[in-house]
Amino acid sequence: MKRLFLFLPLIVAIAVGVFLFAGIGKDPTRLESVLIGKPVPEFSLESLNDPERRLDTSLLKGEVSLLNVWAEWCPSCWDEHKYLMRLSKDKGVRIVGLNYKDEREAAFRFLNQLGNPYETIIFDPKGKLGFDLGVYGAPETFVIDADGVVQYRHVGVVNQKVWEQELLPVINKAKGNS
Amino acid sequence: MRRFPILLFALFALSFTVQAEVKDVYDFDTRAEEQRYQNLIAELRCPKCQNNNIADSNSAISQDMRDEVYRMMKNGASNEEIVDALVSRFGEFVQYKPPVDRRTILLWAFPAIAVIGGFLVVVGVVMRSRQREQQGETLSQEDKRKAERILAGESDESAKG
Amino acid sequence: MYPELGQLALILALLLAVLLSVVPLVGALTGRDSLQAFARPLASGMFVFTGLAFAILAHAFLVDDFSVAYVANNSNSMLPWYYKFSAVWGGHEGSLLLWALMLSGWTLAVTIFSRKLPSVMISQVLSVLGMIAVGFFLFVIITSNPFDRLLPNIPADGRDLNPLLQDIGLIMHPPMLYMGYVGFSVAFAFAIAALINGRLDAAWARWSRPWTTVAWAFLTVGIALGSWWAYYELGWGGWWFWDPVENASLLPWLSGTALMHSLAVTEKRGVFKSWTVLLAIVSFALSLLGTFLVRSGVLTSVHAFASDPERGSFLLMLLGITVVASLVLYAFRAPVVHVRSRYGSLSREVFLLFNNVLLVSATALVGIGTLYPLVLDYLEMGKLSIGEPFFNTTFSPLAVATGLLLGVGIFSRWKKTDGGWLARKLLWPLALSTAITAAVMIGYGGFTPWAFLGVFTAVWVTVATFWDIWDKSSSRNGRLYGLRRQSRSYWGMVLGHLGVAMVMAGATIVSNYGIERDVRMQPGDSAMVGDYRIVFTDIGQREGPNYTSEYGSFDVYLDGKQVSELHPEKRNYTVGMSMMTEADIDAGLFRDVFVAIGERISDEAWAIRVQYKPLVRWLWLGALVMALGGFLAIADKRYRIRVNKEKEAKVIQPDASGKTAEVTS
Repeated sequence: MKRLFLFLPLIVAIAVGVFLFAGIGKDPTRLESVLIGKPVPEFSLESLNDPERRLDTSLLKGEVSLLNVWAEWCPSCWDEHKYLMRLSKDKGVRIVGLNYKDEREAAFRFLNQLGNPYETIIFDPKGKLGFDLGVYGAPETFVIDADGVVQYRHVGVVNQKVWEQELLPVINKAKGNS
Repeated sequence: MRRFPILLFALFALSFTVQAEVKDVYDFDTRAEEQRYQNLIAELRCPKCQNNNIADSNSAISQDMRDEVYRMMKNGASNEEIVDALVSRFGEFVQYKPPVDRRTILLWAFPAIAVIGGFLVVVGVVMRSRQREQQGETLSQEDKRKAERILAGESDESAKG
Repeated sequence: MYPELGQLALILALLLAVLLSVVPLVGALTGRDSLQAFARPLASGMFVFTGLAFAILAHAFLVDDFSVAYVANNSNSMLPWYYKFSAVWGGHEGSLLLWALMLSGWTLAVTIFSRKLPSVMISQVLSVLGMIAVGFFLFVIITSNPFDRLLPNIPADGRDLNPLLQDIGLIMHPPMLYMGYVGFSVAFAFAIAALINGRLDAAWARWSRPWTTVAWAFLTVGIALGSWWAYYELGWGGWWFWDPVENASLLPWLSGTALMHSLAVTEKRGVFKSWTVLLAIVSFALSLLGTFLVRSGVLTSVHAFASDPERGSFLLMLLGITVVASLVLYAFRAPVVHVRSRYGSLSREVFLLFNNVLLVSATALVGIGTLYPLVLDYLEMGKLSIGEPFFNTTFSPLAVATGLLLGVGIFSRWKKTDGGWLARKLLWPLALSTAITAAVMIGYGGFTPWAFLGVFTAVWVTVATFWDIWDKSSSRNGRLYGLRRQSRSYWGMVLGHLGVAMVMAGATIVSNYGIERDVRMQPGDSAMVGDYRIVFTDIGQREGPNYTSEYGSFDVYLDGKQVSELHPEKRNYTVGMSMMTEADIDAGLFRDVFVAIGERISDEAWAIRVQYKPLVRWLWLGALVMALGGFLAIADKRYRIRVNKEKEAKVIQPDASGKTAEVTS
């Protein structure tokens, strides 16, 4: 009877081992957005192209869209842009830009050089909407359904793999629901 | 006791002169407020670099979070409100102090459980050894038999149960 | 050509390790002396070839052989030679090679210092060490070969050593830490050997003790160096972050501390054997766990190496085999002891049991706090962070309780302590400690319950220790004679406990009375931190060997008198394009003044972090004192005499153990 207690350390060790094994290969730095399943936070910001035009959450309602957070000062955004151009042309997905903590001239310079994949661009020089969205480093890309509810967030560069494995399934599901 | 308010005033005046010479990056009316702010930002984790609290981190998002903490404090928000506001944007990940709830109750209660459990085991060991000694002193019939068995080199496992 | 030789040396070391893990063990199990005799030469050979491999890698670094991938990734031709040398263990592959070198070094040390041990025992111990070595050599050769070449495209220059690691602290920290980690493998090997041949007795405890103590002392120094390095190099003035990697080094330290105390009981009284042997296994398992956590990337951490699932799986397999095999052996072979000795409820062994309860609880707490986020994530219950606030509220009470108990335990006697006598004995030391603590509180100006408890505990441990020295040293031949009569292991214990008190005092005072300010300054401004006035006099530029830096000049005044001039920097390392904050510190035995440059706020002004850190040095000094105690303890005559009189000791053993406990399995 008493000997059974001596097996206790073994059992504990194996249990710990299972969790450690499960943790291998997962990226521990990956964070889910808390906004998933919640509507996009209220905002009222200028359009990048047209300072007179005020944009709010109604912009993101009506159809499924990608909300891409970018800035001229962000090196990964330069890498990502080519693929966004392809997405907007070939895949016919609606991409809304969120120009994050940037200056207007810099943003225009960036777009003139690389092209403009965005249907509309929200100008957020203070990073207010970005902060409310929990953006902690550009680029980030949100999938937003037709009701303006956040369905997914990807942190980092969007490329072929991310599009096929992460974004597209979510978009298809969001389209199916509405 | 009467002197106490005067002392307090002196302390205030002192802290005021201290503040006057150079501005803090975030300016507070009292040292207590500043300390509260420092404690608060030390308990929040930077979601970008992930190894720092936002007090130590140089990343842009930590800067924004510090600004927000400062702004909310100035507006009279409580610590809970401030932490909740950041958690609602960036997730539970940003608080270094896990909330006490169903998932974490085991975590929080663990030290008490471990120490009390260990304490009871040790008390049990001591009590048992004492019991055995007392039995040995009175030497009941059964104990005599047991002693004989032991002397004969047998195991006394059965006596243990 | 040389790197290939290094590779060859590693493979030869592996082969010798395989032989070492089989031949002497077979010899011990079959009783053939001729096979047991192979243990020593095999162990020496393993060390020689590992040393050769290490020397060849170091040579590649010193001559800038960038055809070796590991050198190209971790060095640069502009790096000063001493950093080139320390870069050998600056990355994953090389640090593992250092691990392997130390393991073969410890193995060699066992062959040298345990000549007088029974041949069967020593063969088994060396074989177990050989098995561990096989695992690590395989790991190095298969997944992390430091000699891989970049052919034919040899880079013109290396990618430079991570600037954080270009520092004296890093030269010293990993070797010390690994000496500790790897050192626990010896205690582990003794435990396994004792389990195999069923010789868990007082003699086993006596043989294990010095090895455990010395490994623990190295680990203590390693952890302290890491903390010191983080304090001045990471640029924020913190000394402990409860980061997973730091926790990983604390785990074997805590369980190793428990092991040292439990070994003392097992040696002196022949009891708690099953418990002691379990602690020996657990301490080494936790060392391996630490290595796994740092290198597998399962947790987010400051100093994690680049994560690699393949390496993680391999390490976990190694860890799994070692731990499962030894715990299965433990479960079947550990003695189920029927204690027949009476434990006086206040005897020293009972106090040491409580010490073990607290230390093991602390170990488990740190372990759970570190792994809990991983478990919750696995169960998809969210991503939590468990950091300083959690550990401060849960760990501190355990530390305080351990310290308070320590003070009482010092006065206890083996076997039986009279309760009334102990209470009277404690009265005066308690009163004295309370008085000193009150004085300290007044001196630092400010009372908080936690500060009081922490300081009181530190003072209490100190007072009890000195009181005990006073009691013990009373002698008819005068006090000096009485002092000299005490053994080295007694003085080792004294230093160990005083070191604990120093660490506690430092930790409590600096966290409760330290002052941190983030101020906005431009040249000409001055800021107060505590009683110190800090004047920002100038900002300028300078060139380092492999970086450019912007430095500020600050004068530090106390009561109108200048005490020092500080030059904190912001460095820009050209090769890696990374920014580093180099704080500058006016260090003192009783306080540090710490200045670091932060962001530039406007064209004129900078965010400057100024800190006043009372007693912060005591943290590391205390750790050094502890380690010194450990080294002193193993220099005790007892170990040498017993070794020389091995035959005599053998005769004593069965008697000594048979008296106190009976083993039934």
